[in-house]
Amino acid sequence: MKKLLLGNEAIARGAYEAGVKVSAAYPGTPSTEISESIAKYAEVYAEWAPNEKVAAEVAIGASISGVRSMCCMKHVGLNVAADPLFTCAYTGVGGGLVAVVADDPGLYSSQNEQDTRLIAKAAMIPVIEPSDSAEAKEFMKRAFELSEKYDTPIILRSTTRLSHSQGIVELLDRTEIEDKPYEKRVDKYVMMPGMAKKRHLYVEDRLNRMAADMATDPINRIEYGDKKVGFITSGIAYQYVKEAMPEASVLKLGLVNPLPEALIRSFAANVEKIYVFEELEPVIEEKVRAMGIKVIGKEIFTRQGEYSANLLRKAVLGVEEYEAPMAGLPARPPVLCPGCPHRSTFSVMKKLKLHVIGDIGCYTLGAVPPVSVIETTICMGSSISTLHGVEKAKGKDYIKNWVCVIGDSTFLHTGVNSLINSAYNKSSGTVVILDNSTTGMTGHQDHAATGKNLKGEPAPAIDLVELCHAIGVKRVRTVSAFDRYALTAALKEETQADELSVIICQAPCVLLKGNVFKSKVFVNSEKCIGCGACITCGCPALAKSDKKAKINPEMCNGCGLCASFCKFGALEKKEVIK
Amino acid sequence: MNVNIMIVGVGGQGTLLTSRILGGIAIEKGYDVKLSEVHGMAQRGGSVVTFVRYGDKVREPIVEEGQADVLIAFERLEAARYHHFLKKGGVMIVNDVVIEPITVISGAATYPVDVLDSLEDKYRIVKVDANKIAEEVGNQRVFNTVVLGVAARHMDVEKDVWLKVIENTVPSKTVEINKKAFLTGLGA
Repeated sequence: MKKLLLGNEAIARGAYEAGVKVSAAYPGTPSTEISESIAKYAEVYAEWAPNEKVAAEVAIGASISGVRSMCCMKHVGLNVAADPLFTCAYTGVGGGLVAVVADDPGLYSSQNEQDTRLIAKAAMIPVIEPSDSAEAKEFMKRAFELSEKYDTPIILRSTTRLSHSQGIVELLDRTEIEDKPYEKRVDKYVMMPGMAKKRHLYVEDRLNRMAADMATDPINRIEYGDKKVGFITSGIAYQYVKEAMPEASVLKLGLVNPLPEALIRSFAANVEKIYVFEELEPVIEEKVRAMGIKVIGKEIFTRQGEYSANLLRKAVLGVEEYEAPMAGLPARPPVLCPGCPHRSTFSVMKKLKLHVIGDIGCYTLGAVPPVSVIETTICMGSSISTLHGVEKAKGKDYIKNWVCVIGDSTFLHTGVNSLINSAYNKSSGTVVILDNSTTGMTGHQDHAATGKNLKGEPAPAIDLVELCHAIGVKRVRTVSAFDRYALTAALKEETQADELSVIICQAPCVLLKGNVFKSKVFVNSEKCIGCGACITCGCPALAKSDKKAKINPEMCNGCGLCASFCKFGALEKKEVIK
Repeated sequence: MNVNIMIVGVGGQGTLLTSRILGGIAIEKGYDVKLSEVHGMAQRGGSVVTFVRYGDKVREPIVEEGQADVLIAFERLEAARYHHFLKKGGVMIVNDVVIEPITVISGAATYPVDVLDSLEDKYRIVKVDANKIAEEVGNQRVFNTVVLGVAARHMDVEKDVWLKVIENTVPSKTVEINKKAFLTGLGA
């Protein structure tokens, strides 16, 4: 049967067909749908782990026990999972093990644009890279075979465009793979110096063998056309080459680490002028140059952002035949949703003129106008320890008007370790957990405090208050995100306290299923003087029309935040019958 | 030759559903097809773009500047923002409603109300107040299917194929109202 599948769904399908039995992940755009998709197959055990390191270790355990397993993450998640994966490169696998890593060229939803291939090179883990949905499924199956054949974890690298594009995929049945018998192998699975030295040599030999074998493997292929111009390319960039210059010769690399030297030499010997066309860093290019082959690459193709056929045409053919965009149009940046509890929380912090250390989530939008309260965002879980660092550098008094904010899912990801550090090292900081009962930005995934798991089954829910107490934080309190009065009091009190405190700011994400809003806010135009104070709350449901406030009833979720900005009682929250 | 369709709008307006219906049409007609979508951060009320390309063999999954045969815009400003993606002789279907971006609401910018006027000479522009029509049909939320119906007037696909794909794509509870919305847009 043929079906249109997202790249991510195709990756999940490939794993399913390959007989994968265990999958673990933490959500992260653009990788999230892989896990959501694989969870639908009853034959596969799939879970949300609190972070990517845990997910990788779960997959490693499953692999050692003898079954095919996988873990999935976005590019920055690989940093979190790097510790186990770097050493897993030494131990090798039992059952096939694939780490799916999705990069984000163009930064659609990320804090950096790092290239997974560079990390994989450092880890000495082979990387394969598909160019569309159909190939994503095929390569996923190949990845498990190669993992077992070469006794290595494999990284399957995707990018946002591949993960979030749909293409036609031929669905096949699942092949049940017999579990490999578990073997106690201290030389292979206990990585202490004596064993690891030997495995390091094995890893080097493995990469060399693989590079040689893959020169004739169909995963890499040459498509000769016009031999005057050729491209060495991989992944989605291959599609752009075929689109822009279908007549050119192409060396399409499916395996991008290690690179098949013999094949590259043979291509170079047959083609006059060679371009290396790869998104992000010049990984292939540097290798080819080091082989003494003259190529054109990053001197004309950018390291930043996504590629396209037009980008290639412009750089290689010098044509730019399309019209310019219209100048001066108002931008439409993403905003916190109408009714978002974060907006209410931030409005209080803004009023109190607090410095706010941020973290990763929807609430990162609190850094930009009109909210403009967040001052730093680094990585998952960083807020608590960053604030701790400010305090230790500048002293307790310096942070009396500072707080950090972190979402519930991000707190459980890696914020917990930071809070342990703050408690242990006698911080006096104020930590605000923005508890909206979900992993919001990635599209509402459950986590260890929501009471449900990836399969949608009931699961134990961590009590965040108890957790903070157990860590040693004495001052822990909960407050409704929409109770601005109580939140103001809590923030004033806790920032002045000489002890570490946690304020858990609660209100479910406005987009969560089952979160029904029974009210809407209406403008009483007799009372409204058109001062615009309500507009400053930054809700996209508000506007001004004929010198009065106007509320879009389709967008309003009735949170009432705007009404609390009005001194004239002109905004009235009323129950609406649905 | 491939058919290139671009759907633009504001995050939350349902561009994904529309592109998936178009993907279904391509499959039904036996074409190769690729769609490209936006997920994550960019969806939160921001400007969103999805692409549909179908034909004998589709390579890149995106539609680029000067290539769109049809530009479906769910909002006026977004139509203007992406007008240059249309090819010469392409048609723009605009749900002619105004959703003010936060930059306008906060007073940092002004909404260019007559933004489409200067484009009238260059392209075929079909304007429709789909929100109003959808309300008349019975549910404001199916405005995107109304717009799709208008777009279908400019595409070479039989009515029955559209209706079959809509039935297979939209949530089962909303099949009837979506069909009604589509037919109203189509003018059939």
